[in-house]
Parts: sequence; structure tokens; C-alpha cells
Amino acid sequence: MSENNNTTGSVGIVAPQTAHFNTLLTLKSGAVLPELDLVYETYGTLNADKSNAVLICHALSGTHHVAGKYTENDKYPGWWDNLVGPNKPLDTNKFFVIGLNNLGGCHGSTGPVSINPETNQQWGSQFPIVTVEDWVKSQALLADYLGIEQLAAVIGGSLGGMQALQWTIAYPERVRHALVIASAPNLTAQNIAFNEVARQAIITDPEFHGGDYYAHNVLPRRGLRIARMLGHITYLSDDAMGAKFGRKLKGDIKYSFDAEFEMESYLRYQGDKFAGEFDANTYLRMTRALDYYDPALNFDGDLSAALNKVTAKFLVVSFTSDWRFSPARSREIVKALLDNERTVSYAEVTAAHGHDAFLMPDAHYHNILRAYLNSIEVGIHHAK
Amino acid sequence: MQNNVNITNSTQEFRQDFAIISGWVKFGSKVLDLGCGDGALLQFLRSGLEVKGYGVEKDDANWLACMNNGVNVIQMDLEDGLSGFECQSFDTVILSQTLQAMHNTERIVLEMLRVGREVIVTFPNFGYWRNRIQILTGNMPVSKILPYQWFDTPNVHLCTINDFDQFCKNHKISVLERKVITDGNQIDFMPNFLGNLAIYRLKANYLKAN
Repeated sequence: MSENNNTTGSVGIVAPQTAHFNTLLTLKSGAVLPELDLVYETYGTLNADKSNAVLICHALSGTHHVAGKYTENDKYPGWWDNLVGPNKPLDTNKFFVIGLNNLGGCHGSTGPVSINPETNQQWGSQFPIVTVEDWVKSQALLADYLGIEQLAAVIGGSLGGMQALQWTIAYPERVRHALVIASAPNLTAQNIAFNEVARQAIITDPEFHGGDYYAHNVLPRRGLRIARMLGHITYLSDDAMGAKFGRKLKGDIKYSFDAEFEMESYLRYQGDKFAGEFDANTYLRMTRALDYYDPALNFDGDLSAALNKVTAKFLVVSFTSDWRFSPARSREIVKALLDNERTVSYAEVTAAHGHDAFLMPDAHYHNILRAYLNSIEVGIHHAK
Repeated sequence: MQNNVNITNSTQEFRQDFAIISGWVKFGSKVLDLGCGDGALLQFLRSGLEVKGYGVEKDDANWLACMNNGVNVIQMDLEDGLSGFECQSFDTVILSQTLQAMHNTERIVLEMLRVGREVIVTFPNFGYWRNRIQILTGNMPVSKILPYQWFDTPNVHLCTINDFDQFCKNHKISVLERKVITDGNQIDFMPNFLGNLAIYRLKANYLKAN
């Protein structure tokens, strides 16, 4: 990559790597994983004093492929490419950025599709339930592996924001800044309800086979497809859907149950696409991790007490039209930090896109992240 | 863009109320600045008094200015109250030249007294003689401190020093100190007539000042 390049650019062609940990990992549930692989990508250069590392935590369906492309011919870059790159808000000229696939995922990290070394079969239904706490624990192993004692920042949206928050609770000395975006300190009953409908769609698919569908050479596509369609509805706002699709029809009314409205055909497309590339067992576990996360649970519901040991500085961001992770939920995090007199800024972004807004390249939103990330001090970078 | 609640007439220059406010804020104390604009006051207080400061601001551009000035800033609308802040959790809560632009004036003052052990409020004195002359000659006052025309002003609750004194009396608010200035000079004689800017230090009455 050329030096002194001031234009906003891509991180270019990237390649994933795998970190193998030949160590027992005890999960929050008590289950023990005999070994694990974590697939990750990095962008930018780790500086001499290793003070410029930023970890990106993904949400429900994210992966380690955050930015760049694998080949020039890739149709799409990584899922947060609009944020990460040279002179982008998360500037890879300044930061060493790490994306990983979480434990239990289906993109290379140890998960239900992996081989259980004790049975030499795919884990399937036997893969344990993983939690946000477990993910953060495994992410800390990855940081160790990369020789990073302290992260400059952990950043995540939605479920990723919960991981960023958990980092500051579990490893206060190992993270200087947390960027918690479109997130919440726990899920509301309504959110758990949506997750349950999604799980029931998967579990009641005749081809689910209790989670051991790999052995039957089938996939519970119908269930996963419906789960994704439901999710998509909740990630968008009514206004955004109205603006994008409205009541537009694909043609004349046919008095049928075909996808006649554009809204329907969009949902079907998204559902089919997802069902073809994501693992149902992983989806079940990701939604369960969301349900379970509740750092205040052991503090009689007192989030301020739960955040008492936190030392990181925070940026909390919410979006006005996000009804799944509403601004009010972000303000709970802000209040708990204020109660502890922690350094925190909070932005409530006026946005029409609902929960999905956190992935959009809205100019003001990106200016917020850029301003905050600019303020993070790191040592001498690009040391030769 | 809508009219900004934060009075922009003097953001670039040293605001005349800053010096008096800083005299009332204790070293190393915890300060909440409501309608903090670009964060200039908090920057000023932090550099001189090492306060632990937070600003509250609803405007996007001002929010970014605060962030770029290194000021902690919470984006919210003061009209919604201060429900995100615990009772008596700040040493000082400041509302600088924003009171007159609040719709729910009564509520915000009472909320400030709930959250702050002390409260500092500053506002342009509508009773200032130049304002009175403009009224007498038949026009709404327009001046450096009240720069808006009647049709585009964000100022919906202008008051005089007498009015605010009466407000405090009615709401059992202790006025610990009051300073009135015009062009940076302190006015002790006929302040409601000769004073341009009023600066109050307040405390809820049930918690008597020492």
C-alpha cells in the first residue's frame, strides 16, 4: 500500500487466517470445548507498541470478512467496508483492525458445522450454547495470540455492541475505548419473542432433525428462510419499507399467493439468499446468545452496579427509527456510565433505516465515528 | 436547518458570562452544561478548573463540534427533561443563555435543581433599558444578545430580572448569588434597567445553602 495516500480507499485484497487454540475452553454453560479455531482478518499494521488494535465484533449474521475483497471479481466487499479502510472513519492508516468469526459461527470458526474431535462427526445438535461472555473470552484468546495486551477500541453494532460492552466488564484493563452502536444492555421481551419465532421456524422444519441435519444430508432451508424474513422486517422501519417498496406491485394483480408485491419478492430473495449460505444451528445459537445477555442480572438488575468496574471510555450511538434496539435502550447504558462518572458521549442519529442504519454510510453517522476514532490516541504507528 | 436553541451570537468570542460562571464552579467538580453548544464553556472550565464535565446538546453540528473539542457530549432534547441523570449527581448544572428558548421553562429549572447540588442559569434581561426603548419606539428588541427578528427567534420565554426573581420566590428556589452585567461590566445599580445579562446561582430550597 502506498504511503501518504490521503484518498479514501479500500483495504484491497484480503485473506482470512485461522488461529488454532489447543486448549480447553470452559463456557458459561459449563460445557467444555476441547479445542477451537477462530477465523479472522486484519487490516492495517500493528504498531510497535501494539497500541493501535481495534476489534470489530459482528452481529447476528456477520463474519470475519469486514472489509476488502478476496478477489478483484468479488461482487461485494466485506460487511462493514464503508467504515474500514485508508482514510475511512476507522482509518487503517492509523489502526490495526481485527475482524473475526465468532465461536459457534459457520464461516470457519469452530461451530456446529465443525468436526467434534471426540466423535469425528460434525457437532450438530451437540454443539454447546455459546454466550456473549464466551465470545469475549475467545476474542481475548485471539488478542493474546496476536500479542495484543490492550485494545485501543472494541466496536460493534447490535449484538456486536453487547460484545463491546462485555469487553469493558470482563477485561477492563484490556480495552481503552468501547463503541457501542444500536445496542442494548439486554433484550426486551418483544425482542426475545421475535427470536423465539425465528427459532421455532427452524426447529419445526421437518428437515431440521433436531439439529443433526448434516447427517441426513439435508438443510432446514424453509425454517431458516422464514427466520431471516422475520428478522429483515424488524431490522427496517415502517417508513424505510414504505419508502423503498410501498405497495408497489411487480405487475398486475393476479389473485394468487405469488410474490406480487415488491416487498414480498424482496423478503423472499433475502430469505433464499440467507438460507443458502448460513447455518441454521448457528442462527439458533446467535439468537440465544442475544436472549441470554444481561450483565445486570447478577446485580439485581442494576446496570450501574454491573458497570462499576468499567474503566474504558465510551461512545454510545443509537438511531431514531431503530425500534428493535431503541434509543431508550442505549440511554440506559449511558445512564449507567454517568452514574459511575465514566467518560461517555452519546449520539442519537436521526435516521430512517431502522436497526440496519448502523451499517449504512450516513454522512453524519460516519462523522460521529470519525470524530471519536480520531480522538483515540495511539503510539507511533507504521513503525519500520 | 431549524433555528438552533443555542444562542450563536457570541460563540466565537469569549462569552461574557463565562468568567462569572467559572468563579462559581469548584476545582475538580462534576459539571453538567445543558445546551452546551460547541462545548466552549466546558473546555474553558476543564482547562482552568479541571472539572469532570458533560455537555447536553441536541443539535448534530454542535454535537460534532463538542466531540472535536474533546468534550463529553450527550445528545438529547432538554424539553424531555433530565430523566437520564440521577438526583443530586452533579456539583453544578449550568444553563447558559438557553432558558429563554425553552418551551417547558419551569420543568427544566426544577429538573436542574433535582440533578444539581447547585444550578447556574444565565439569560438576557428583557428589562434592559435598550430593549425597553425599542419597545417604546414600537419594535421588538433586536440586539447583539437578542439577535433574532420576531419571526425567526427561538426565544419563546424572554423574561426580566424581576420576573425571574419572582419565579424563584414562587418555586421556593434559593438565590445564592446573582450577578448582572452589561458588556462585561458588573451592574449593581438598577440591574433590571441597566443590566443586559443576568447570571444566577441557585439551589433547591429544601437543601439550604451553607
